[in-house]
Amino acid sequence: MPDPNWQPRIVAFFCNWCTYTAADLAGVSRLKYAPNVRVIRLMCSGRVDPQFVLEALARGADGVLIGGCHIGDCHYVEGNYKTVRRFEMLKRLLADLGIEEQRVRLEWISASEGDRVKTVINEMVEQVRALGPLNLPNRFADWDREVSEWEAHLQTEEPSARPEPEVTHA
Amino acid sequence: MNPATQQTWNQANLKANATYQAERRRVTVEPITRLEGHGKIDIFLDDAGDVERAYLQIPELRGFEVFSLGRPAEEMPQITSRICGVCPTAHHMAATKALDDLYQVEPPPAARKIRELVYNTFVLEDHALHVYILGGPDFIVGPQAPPEKRNILGVIEKVGVEVGKRVISMRRRLRELIAYFGGKVIHPVLGLPGGVSKGLKPEDLPQFKELAKDGLDFALFTLQVFEDLVLKNPDYVKLITGDTYTHRTYYMGLVDAQNKVNFYDGLIRVVDATGKEYAKFPARRYRDFIAEHVEPWSYVKFCFLKPIGWHGFEEGPQSSVYAVAPLARLNVAEGMATPQAQKAYEEFFNTLGGKPVHHTLANHWARVVEMIYAAERMVELVNDPEITNTNLRVIPSAKPSVGVGVVEAPRGTLYHHFETDDRGLITKANLIVATQNNAARIAMSVDKAARGLIKKGQVSEGLLNMVEMAFRAYDPCFGCATHSLPGHLPLSVSIYNRERHLLRQLVQS
Amino acid sequence: MPKPKIALYWCASCGGCEEAVVDLAEGILGVVEAVDIVLWPVAMDFKKKDIEAMADQSIVATLLNGAIRTSEQEAMAHLLRRKSQFLIAYGACAHLGGIPSLANQFSREQMLKYVYEDAPTMVNEAKTRPQVSCQNNGHAMTLPQLRQVVRSLDQVVEVDYYIPGCPPTSKLTQAAISALLAGKLPPKGSVLAPDIALCDQCSRKGSKPANLSFSQFKRPHQTLLDPELCFLAQGVVCMGPATRGGCEALCTGGNMPCTGCFGPTSRVRDQGAKMLSSLCANVASKDEKEASAILSGIPDPVGTFYRYGLAKSLLRRKVDLPVETPETP
Repeated sequence: MPDPNWQPRIVAFFCNWCTYTAADLAGVSRLKYAPNVRVIRLMCSGRVDPQFVLEALARGADGVLIGGCHIGDCHYVEGNYKTVRRFEMLKRLLADLGIEEQRVRLEWISASEGDRVKTVINEMVEQVRALGPLNLPNRFADWDREVSEWEAHLQTEEPSARPEPEVTHA
Repeated sequence: MNPATQQTWNQANLKANATYQAERRRVTVEPITRLEGHGKIDIFLDDAGDVERAYLQIPELRGFEVFSLGRPAEEMPQITSRICGVCPTAHHMAATKALDDLYQVEPPPAARKIRELVYNTFVLEDHALHVYILGGPDFIVGPQAPPEKRNILGVIEKVGVEVGKRVISMRRRLRELIAYFGGKVIHPVLGLPGGVSKGLKPEDLPQFKELAKDGLDFALFTLQVFEDLVLKNPDYVKLITGDTYTHRTYYMGLVDAQNKVNFYDGLIRVVDATGKEYAKFPARRYRDFIAEHVEPWSYVKFCFLKPIGWHGFEEGPQSSVYAVAPLARLNVAEGMATPQAQKAYEEFFNTLGGKPVHHTLANHWARVVEMIYAAERMVELVNDPEITNTNLRVIPSAKPSVGVGVVEAPRGTLYHHFETDDRGLITKANLIVATQNNAARIAMSVDKAARGLIKKGQVSEGLLNMVEMAFRAYDPCFGCATHSLPGHLPLSVSIYNRERHLLRQLVQS
Repeated sequence: MPKPKIALYWCASCGGCEEAVVDLAEGILGVVEAVDIVLWPVAMDFKKKDIEAMADQSIVATLLNGAIRTSEQEAMAHLLRRKSQFLIAYGACAHLGGIPSLANQFSREQMLKYVYEDAPTMVNEAKTRPQVSCQNNGHAMTLPQLRQVVRSLDQVVEVDYYIPGCPPTSKLTQAAISALLAGKLPPKGSVLAPDIALCDQCSRKGSKPANLSFSQFKRPHQTLLDPELCFLAQGVVCMGPATRGGCEALCTGGNMPCTGCFGPTSRVRDQGAKMLSSLCANVASKDEKEASAILSGIPDPVGTFYRYGLAKSLLRRKVDLPVETPETP
């Protein structure tokens, strides 16, 4: 039963020098955009370990947004190249594991592009809303019902709980 | 009691009674032991206490054919070897040959010889495992021996500590050869389409020549042990040739161009119960001859000869049941390709009254004959000057689509069939695993043995072991057969009479 | 003073871990003298009732190998957990799910349908399937329930230690058992193997480039494999950097790359993601399209990065697979 009150929850990893600064700019400019994004600041998009993305999803995020400097403009020169390369493979891995493409997104947003932050976030929130909740913790619990039910069943079936059958020797 | 309640009560009572009746006429043997894999045997008695039917149930499935989808084909030798940790080399080799077929490449001569060397070494050590540790103890120590003795320790007691040490050390050295070429002995890595990953350095050759020589001595020694402890014992001979463990079915095995037994390569030959050739075909045509049947009471699928169709767990002219593994291979072939093995082969058939031999327990003897062949082949290969050649790979260039590879696993004919897309990723996989070929006949053997041994609800002490001897002779690998490995439950057999009195309680030994 | 009791048991396993113990060969004698093996199905007989009858925690250690795939295996895992002081997950399947957990990329229904209906050699017009309980000519029989999800041991019961590998090496097994008997165990939950990447033990370490840059990935059959050069330097994917050492680099010794069976070191949560991260970050292109083309040389990310560890990965399974209505156990 889908929860009528559900709102998409998106975790964003923004690089300090470009995208995070752009988000600040959006705020200072009083731009209104969807509140569904939780921003985590890193020094560089190249710091985004794929484990972060997977863990965010596993813990209940409905989507993950990675924001970094435009190619060629990375504050640390090479960082966002690594991001691009990793992301190309991560996309395929996620697809093979059943995660819809629109849930994990990589965007280049420079420090002056506050309005781009607004556009990207609004767009992504609507796309994820249309996809519905991912809610992996719930899915894990669903999968694990087959084990927890059996565990409960075993507890009632323990030998001590069951009287020994009457046997006599011929 | 009002009529409606009365009726409900009566119905419930009838149902309860029926369930009770059904339960008390059943004997469950689980798990079966001293084999690779798990299983349970369910024996149903009729009112007279005789066996109505016995079922061998295999309780699990892992689904290799499905989770191989999308994998790079060149990974299949290492993925499929995880079907079985006792015979990983068999799967590894079958998959590697399927890759040769898939990419239309032939390995260079040195690579082929290395594959054959590794493979024959593996057959020798795996057969030795069965003879001394798994099934053999039934004979070396004896079916009537107490349960605690029917294992490797009992064998060592019988043949002596020196011999015991020799067995352990021989196996260790043979497995070291496999690890030399394959990195690891359990789940080796050497197989590639068109070659092998590692070659033989000339300075390492002398130790392997020594090993091959010792291996042959060991195989001949094992034949002597078998002759002394089994063939010279009239009770055992009677057991082997008795009807309880005899089935007249078809037989299947790989043969070379001269119709001699070959574990690594050849054509598949099938003979009927009279020994006449029924079919001979290359691996690629296996689907014309082999099909699988399923029953609701077991996860293992039962193979049968497709052109004849499934007619049940029966022998006779209609039957499409066939057997594989040592006895079948000897029945199917016209001899052994090496001299000492040939001698042992002739003696085998002379003693047992000509070809084909239908006595399941003769598998134990046939296994020893094969050990001799494997060892002699090892000697041939290590003395072949080409074996140290460094040209070990042909890099494939053809576009892959379908590949079928077949080898003789120690436990029988093994088929790996892969289909891929242009990039060589698996789009379909079909595995016919050695023990599956035997599954129908094993089920029949268990049923027949149970019927022969349980009468009027009386169960002799030897029952468990005698019924188990029926399947143990096939050296079954149920891990392979279901491409899975079932779970384990402890074994106990409780026999109750109709008053729910415990007549006998037996434990698996 | 009675000898400490040890048990060895197997679930959804190939038997390789059992063989690994047997391969202790002469080494096992020292162990056998020091302990009382109360359970070892491949070599000895037992009754479930005997185990049930034992006092809880009277088995010092149970080495349990194999993934958990059926109801029966779960039941035995729970039983042995109760009866043992230490429950040790032995081998990659118990530790991480192993190769059988690749089945988590597919649904149970897909597996059953292919195996019993669609396989090319299958003849089954009636679409018969093995049943958890069935009647055949008046004979009632049962089979254990196959689960929809493959699990590592610690996803079913609490595990004290892990001995990794597919299979674990004799050396590692010997060392673990000796440590156990001497009471010299590391903190609970430890993996009983060195906590460093495989590269450290590999004979090719010297040729591992300080700066990796892949302009191409070669699959092992597409290229001649240099027996001395680091595989990554040859452009061949090797899981070594993301894999725990302790196996003495047997596979690279056989001139094939590591496939990751020891699982990750303690500092990594998801082995596959970490390998993806380090490998792909070093692709030689600065352009999406080009990078993508180079990465197509790794055609099966799940099979490559999660060969042994899909069950224990962060996502555990292909997440959009159906969950069938739970059946009665």
